[in-house]
Amino acid sequence: MDWAALSELWIDTLRILDGSFRLATPLILCAMAGLVSERSGVIDIGLEGKMLAAAFAAAAVASLSGSPWAGLVAALGVSAALALVHGFACITHRGEQIISGVAINILASGGTVVAGIALFRQGGQSPPLMADERFRPIALPGAEALSGIPVIGPFYAELVSGHTLPVYLALIAVPLVAWMLARTTFGLRLRATGEMPLAVDSAGVSVVLIRYRAVLIAGLLCGLAGVFLSTAHGAGFVREMSAGKGYIALAAMIFGKWRPWPVLGACLLFGFLETAAARLQGVQLPLIGEAPVELILMLPYVATVVLLAGFFGRAIPPKALGVPYRKER
Amino acid sequence: MRVISLLAGVALGVVATAASAADFKPAVVFDMGGKFDKSFNEGVWNGVKKFMDESGVEVMEFEVTNETQREQAMRRMVSRGATIVLGVGFAQADAIDKVAAEHPDIQFAIIDVSWLDRPNLRQYAFKEHEGSYLVGVAAANKSETGKVGFVGGMDIPLIRKFACGYVQGAKETADGTEVLQNMTGTTPTAWNDPTKGAELAQSQIDRGADVIYHAAGGTGLGVIRATADADKLAIGVDSNQNGIAPGHVLTSMVKRVDVAAYETFKDAMDGNFTSGVKILGLAENGVDWAVDENNAPLLTDDLKAAVEAAREGIIAGTIKVHNYEDTGSCPY
Repeated sequence: MDWAALSELWIDTLRILDGSFRLATPLILCAMAGLVSERSGVIDIGLEGKMLAAAFAAAAVASLSGSPWAGLVAALGVSAALALVHGFACITHRGEQIISGVAINILASGGTVVAGIALFRQGGQSPPLMADERFRPIALPGAEALSGIPVIGPFYAELVSGHTLPVYLALIAVPLVAWMLARTTFGLRLRATGEMPLAVDSAGVSVVLIRYRAVLIAGLLCGLAGVFLSTAHGAGFVREMSAGKGYIALAAMIFGKWRPWPVLGACLLFGFLETAAARLQGVQLPLIGEAPVELILMLPYVATVVLLAGFFGRAIPPKALGVPYRKER
Repeated sequence: MRVISLLAGVALGVVATAASAADFKPAVVFDMGGKFDKSFNEGVWNGVKKFMDESGVEVMEFEVTNETQREQAMRRMVSRGATIVLGVGFAQADAIDKVAAEHPDIQFAIIDVSWLDRPNLRQYAFKEHEGSYLVGVAAANKSETGKVGFVGGMDIPLIRKFACGYVQGAKETADGTEVLQNMTGTTPTAWNDPTKGAELAQSQIDRGADVIYHAAGGTGLGVIRATADADKLAIGVDSNQNGIAPGHVLTSMVKRVDVAAYETFKDAMDGNFTSGVKILGLAENGVDWAVDENNAPLLTDDLKAAVEAAREGIIAGTIKVHNYEDTGSCPY
């Protein structure tokens, strides 16, 4: 194999990884959100709904105001508000957490379309966003200059540079969450709340307050995922545009056993498999010829089942997950 | 007593016939997306509006917002006295089939369906492959790399039909044109996943495609976004999408559902309603390519001539466009 073919292959690989990062971004943000919430003991099945509502808020406000930053603020606000509703139902009133989460998903699915029709009269879509109403890809300094250097140049130009703001924020969110959980007092208390809230309570720390803060963080992270969908990677809101990503994030979170770095790995794996699947469609494979589309589209899920069943041990959730805390009187 | 009841019966009969002759009550049931969806439903709405403006007859309407409402909405229209009910989109096929069977004295029509069989049901289908052939010609003519792309929504025969016509048009225009094809998914979420649509388009652009045609509903908005961001060209579908990213949408393959909607009500009002399947192609103005001020600068004289030649060839029958649904396969 000559040099030109090798460098071509390298660039192809980088592009697939590049796509993996983009597809993994909403998963990473939602999975981190779920992780923070669930490590404190609150099941968060409403990741999907919060992301969808945030996507709508971001696109609607960006379209009306012309500024993606205003959209970002609105998205974070809406998603945090939904998170607090979840908290109010599950923490304050000790409601069933799954039901509250499902309710949020249904509310977001219907509410965004109703609000969209009322605001824009385009069947629940927002108007397509123009270039300056979106977060554009950020070219990191030196990407152009370095691109001539073999191996490293394309690596920097193709993979590291040229993503939108939420992609970088997602990648920063992982070490931040990991550090917060492992190294801060708040993180320690949060983990303890998820395992044994009684101990936290007897140490004089409010379980309710810790859990509220956890769901709020989850809300903000889901909000960012929504921003990514509608105003960074996409250009406008489309009904149901979250397309089940919140549930895949939930799976990735369990897959990564509620630990930040393994969860990141799981999200990237999902992203990679989906990107690879996109490129495998219609490609002639050795021995079997052109693989049917259904088979290729199935690959990420088959791989997940195989990996889950075969290679990873049991995933043990936080002990107090899903159990509302009732203070002894 | 007997005479009276007989008289009453006659009188009622007279009233009933008079009512059915004078009483023409059209109704339309829009599908999910609503009548201002900038796409399929809005096309139907334009036809309905044209009919209302011309005839002065009010058309009853309903916008379905979830799957279970389709049948209910049609029943409701019947109970409100509708004499003809128009359904929109293949998703309403089962509902209209059921309701039409229950009310044989009422006329029904549906757009984008061709496989039902009721004596009181008219069905409209489109030769999407012919329109797709035209935009395939445009794509191959415009492409500099010799590679063009196609992104479909859900993997169903209808979408394969779009793809096949497009591929044929591209290959017969510039021999050796490579067409990269992707389907978004195999479930209905594939119509509403712009994130994935953008990623599929990006992957085709990475592999050298410079014109990408989508037949993917909401997912296609992601395709248009990604091609515009990469400074390449997209081709829209169903309605005129040239204005979504002006200067980056080469053209759109439009389905004239407005023609079907208008014709349905007009025929019913004039007493010319017929059941059966109506298939609208290029010759019937049922499909077309969109030219407006948004894409005019992109269209060279050579391109326009090539597309017009193809259109005339198809109408005259010298160009045969393969219909995927006839054989279940695409020879190109």
